[in-house]
Amino acid sequence: MSDQKKGVSRRKVIKTGAAGIIGAGVAPMVFTRGAWAQEFRNNPTGSEVTFGLNVPQTGAYADEGADELRAYELAVKHINGEGDGGMLNTMQPLSLQGNGINGKKLAYVTGDTQTKSDAARDSARRMIERDGAIMITGGSSSGVAVAVQSLCQEMGIIFMAGLTHSNDTTGKDKRRYGFRHFFNTHMSGAALAPVLSAEYGNERKAYHLTADYNWGWSQEGSLIDSTEALGWETTAAVRTPLGAGDFSQYITPVLNSGADVLILNHYGRDMVNSLTQAVQFGLRDRQQNGKNFEIVVPLFSRLMAQGAGENIKGILGSTNWNWSLQDAGSQAFVKSFGAEYGFPPSQAAHTCYVQALLYADACQRAGTFYPPEVIRALEGFKFDGMGNGPTEYRAEDHQCFKDVLVVRGNQNPTSEFDLLEVIQEVPRAQVEYDAAIFGGELGPYEVS
Amino acid sequence: MLTLPKKELITFLIFAVVVLSMPVWLIPFGASYPGLLQTFAIFGLFAVGFNILFGLTGYLSFGHAAFLGVGSYTAVWSFKLFTMNPIPAIIFAIIISGVFALLIGFISLRRSGIYFSILTLAFAQMSYNLAYSVLTPVTNGETGLALTMQDPRIIDLAFSERGEALPQVALFGLNMAGYGGFYFAAIILILGYFVAQKIAISPFGMMLKGIKSNQNRMGYTGLNTKPYTLAAFVISGMYAGLAGGLLAVTDPLAGAERMQWTASGEIVLMVVLGGIGTIFGPVLGAWIIKYFANIFSAINENILHNMFSFLPASVQDFLVPLLALFVGEGWELTMGLMFVLVVVFLPGGLMEGYRRIAVRISAMSSKETKSVDKPAQTDKQAGGE
Amino acid sequence: MDAILVQFLNGLDKGGAYALIALGLTLVFGTLGVVNFAHGALFMLGSFCAVAFRKLLLLERIELSETELSPWGTALEIRTPYVNEIFGAYGDVLIDWSVPISILVAIPIMLLIGIAMERGLIKHFYKRPHAEQILVTFGLAIVLGEIIKTIFGANPIPQPMPEVLRGTADIGVLFGMAENAVTYPWWRMIYFLFSLSLIGAVFAFLRFTTFGMVVRAGMADREMVGLLGVDIDRRFTIVFGIAAVVAGLAGVMYTPILPPVNTLGMDFLVLSFVVVVVGGMGSLPGAVAAGFLLGILQSFASLPEVKAIIPGIDQVIIYLVAVVILLVRPRGLLGKSGVMEN
Repeated sequence: MSDQKKGVSRRKVIKTGAAGIIGAGVAPMVFTRGAWAQEFRNNPTGSEVTFGLNVPQTGAYADEGADELRAYELAVKHINGEGDGGMLNTMQPLSLQGNGINGKKLAYVTGDTQTKSDAARDSARRMIERDGAIMITGGSSSGVAVAVQSLCQEMGIIFMAGLTHSNDTTGKDKRRYGFRHFFNTHMSGAALAPVLSAEYGNERKAYHLTADYNWGWSQEGSLIDSTEALGWETTAAVRTPLGAGDFSQYITPVLNSGADVLILNHYGRDMVNSLTQAVQFGLRDRQQNGKNFEIVVPLFSRLMAQGAGENIKGILGSTNWNWSLQDAGSQAFVKSFGAEYGFPPSQAAHTCYVQALLYADACQRAGTFYPPEVIRALEGFKFDGMGNGPTEYRAEDHQCFKDVLVVRGNQNPTSEFDLLEVIQEVPRAQVEYDAAIFGGELGPYEVS
Repeated sequence: MLTLPKKELITFLIFAVVVLSMPVWLIPFGASYPGLLQTFAIFGLFAVGFNILFGLTGYLSFGHAAFLGVGSYTAVWSFKLFTMNPIPAIIFAIIISGVFALLIGFISLRRSGIYFSILTLAFAQMSYNLAYSVLTPVTNGETGLALTMQDPRIIDLAFSERGEALPQVALFGLNMAGYGGFYFAAIILILGYFVAQKIAISPFGMMLKGIKSNQNRMGYTGLNTKPYTLAAFVISGMYAGLAGGLLAVTDPLAGAERMQWTASGEIVLMVVLGGIGTIFGPVLGAWIIKYFANIFSAINENILHNMFSFLPASVQDFLVPLLALFVGEGWELTMGLMFVLVVVFLPGGLMEGYRRIAVRISAMSSKETKSVDKPAQTDKQAGGE
Repeated sequence: MDAILVQFLNGLDKGGAYALIALGLTLVFGTLGVVNFAHGALFMLGSFCAVAFRKLLLLERIELSETELSPWGTALEIRTPYVNEIFGAYGDVLIDWSVPISILVAIPIMLLIGIAMERGLIKHFYKRPHAEQILVTFGLAIVLGEIIKTIFGANPIPQPMPEVLRGTADIGVLFGMAENAVTYPWWRMIYFLFSLSLIGAVFAFLRFTTFGMVVRAGMADREMVGLLGVDIDRRFTIVFGIAAVVAGLAGVMYTPILPPVNTLGMDFLVLSFVVVVVGGMGSLPGAVAAGFLLGILQSFASLPEVKAIIPGIDQVIIYLVAVVILLVRPRGLLGKSGVMEN
């Protein structure tokens, strides 16, 4: 990788001296990419094209961000024809040729979202305005995804969302320049419902604990809809403050509420803490209404499973992807990720890797980096061999439609990564919905 | 009214030149792009305002980010309801945050010292928590308050048709997203700096400094100090609201995390780092902290390898992983270390360091060592063993 | 009734943690006059003592298999824990009881950390403005958090409690309620008792030892005690060490409830300051009382019935109580006048 950005010569580094050290690696871009010479923002005129990788490097999701970054670095290698090619060997149809994109070598710059909208937008603006990034990608929360997506629309830069699960990203807040490969809460609900019905029956009383912000509400709404359609009753839906730490005061009312299922609409550390504590309060040892009390965590990730430890065992949830999948695409990705880093990738890494490839492939197919053309190449694009079966980027809302995994916390893990057991790959048809139900407008192709 | 004593006038003019020429002199630092330039101008203004309260009266507010947030929300609502012109937006931002500051200040200033700090912190945290959750209809919660296609915008739409895309903030045609927004914010920063200078040398400012040095004694003279401190609190709250409004002007999205205690803490750190009580110090502190957060986090191992590509490969392989700990995902470590080092070795902040260097240089040139003695002693004491 | 009882228990448990953290903070403030923003970091470091100890117990000899491959394509690792090699079956007992045992490990470590912090950094700031104390200790807190992140990552690390202490106790029966009406986890009750005994130990130490007497005298009038020829500085160093140990132990025992993560310190920082100030700066009984008061109020404010009446009350209750108490009682519950008021 060290041969990237050859523009920085030794002489230049010495000349700019101490004060310039910080800027030396990137400052030349300021001169080479003058805004006047291009018909669209950051049109790559040199021999390189730059991606802006905007991931959480500090804060609660730093480990997830680190995994995203690993996946991106791998994707860049594969697109440039280095390494074993990963999913380039399995993706169908494929326009990329392993020589960069449109004959230009792929480079990247990185930034820290801090999982804060302001910081994420600051960082995205730096990569767009200073580093000349042609595309921004990454992130680990819906708030950040929506914020960066709307910025990218204004700036005329395509945004390939990382991990974001709220319906809003491709619903109410969708944008022409934003694309999401990850699934959403509606799909989680639709995929989980039949499994919940099969495992726990149709006469259940559910109690929701919900993180008190947009994503939590989104998931709570989706789960209530899909479980009530099964005939379940919703006993209560209680909102908990983000980062509450100790959830005991929210968990104890569940005990005497008459509910026999607890649905935890939490993510990240909230989920790790609330699940750990719910298990400690003996919820899973209880009998209620003549049935075993159950806990459901609608959105799972391997990192969360690691944080929750043994408490995750036997718990049902959904996930976008898991490294244990046996299809050729997943295998190719897991192999090359494992060879590079020594452990298997997370679902966040997978979605980011796929997003980078999809964007690169779309540029190659369009034969240009001109965003409106690339957007048209992505809209309605049907592909396979990237780990979730046949997939489509729906044109109406830029949401990928694909199979969704229902998983269970592994009872007998064979390694520290073997935490989730895929119990069902819910087919795409079952989780599809009408794009109109969430409203929102994509906006124009051309941005002034 | 619009005059300054000669010494202040010179500082003011230098400051104005420094600010307006930032797009040029920041190029070698890799910081000359609209996003960061705007941030520099806006947080500089925030810091100038914060110093009017903290630097002059000594009251340490730990909840000033609340006013920043209120200013942002107000400005975005002004865009949504009335017009995309930034002038009404920032006027509303100043007024609403001023009212907010009056309420919080009136209650909080019944106490002093750390009790005052905790009261302001409590109000700000309540604002943040509510904005994030139950006040979502007003604030749009976690996602942040943004423009939509359905906004009424009654003034704008009275004169023009609704476009296909979201409108952009523009001052009579000048787009506020890029350099336009920077110059707009920079001019307001310069004006804010001027006002702060005027306040510092006015009788009102003298009164505030008197309160700082000894509130009790001021009280014994039969003077009620509260109206003065409250005025300072409201003025600095309005500065914060104005800064928040400008954040929305340059980037029309207002999120709740702007009001979190970490944001309030950040402004305290900026002012202390730069130098409490000086007018330029807080601005410098703001610039340095924002620079670190934006630029250090952007450096990854690739860039380090490029920077040190003139070194032999073996040295590079040793140096790069070591330095990588302090940049990219480790940028906060560098920031923390900087706080510790600056405050240990430069009590009084960066401006104090600058003053000492200036004193030393003048001492060297005039061979007069008397004036150096005092700072040298504090240096020794602070540095310890 | 049962709902009220169980929320009361929750409040006591939460309050125990708040009180422990606030106790050290106010001790440092009262004796040393230092506003320590790194106090939350001490709590975090304590919890990572437990993590490190468990990691040590779980150290394994890793041999790479020459024939088999892992599912992600690298050579399969064959792992044998050293602790089992050394202690045999007792090794499993050690691992099972790692959290309580790490208390023994944490005491010397936290004492050393505390003393090093005070000698190396804090003591130069006794006479500096509070704002500079905040800057330096905040910087230190960031540095400590980042160091932990570099070593242990940013993902929470689960610390299971001993097998026999899992599960719940039927408290309701004691109050004449039906079976299983009110059950409460054993570990949380242990935590509550642990916090009470630790608080008791600190109070007893300050009350009944000569050392404690000097420290209390120093809290009341530092210069006077110094004039009497007592080496107050050395004692203050030890006080800081004690505060670090108290915070650290609070962290160790909390790990089964809250899997430790490097940002834990910052999460507890604001809260612990609110507790200390509500209790009255520099007042030890005040800090304890405020810890339990806020813990209990927070628990009750989170009841669905209460939230239905006042939406979002659980989000702001702590701060609301702080505002009300500071307006009614200018120096918190038990604060003395003249402390930190200018």
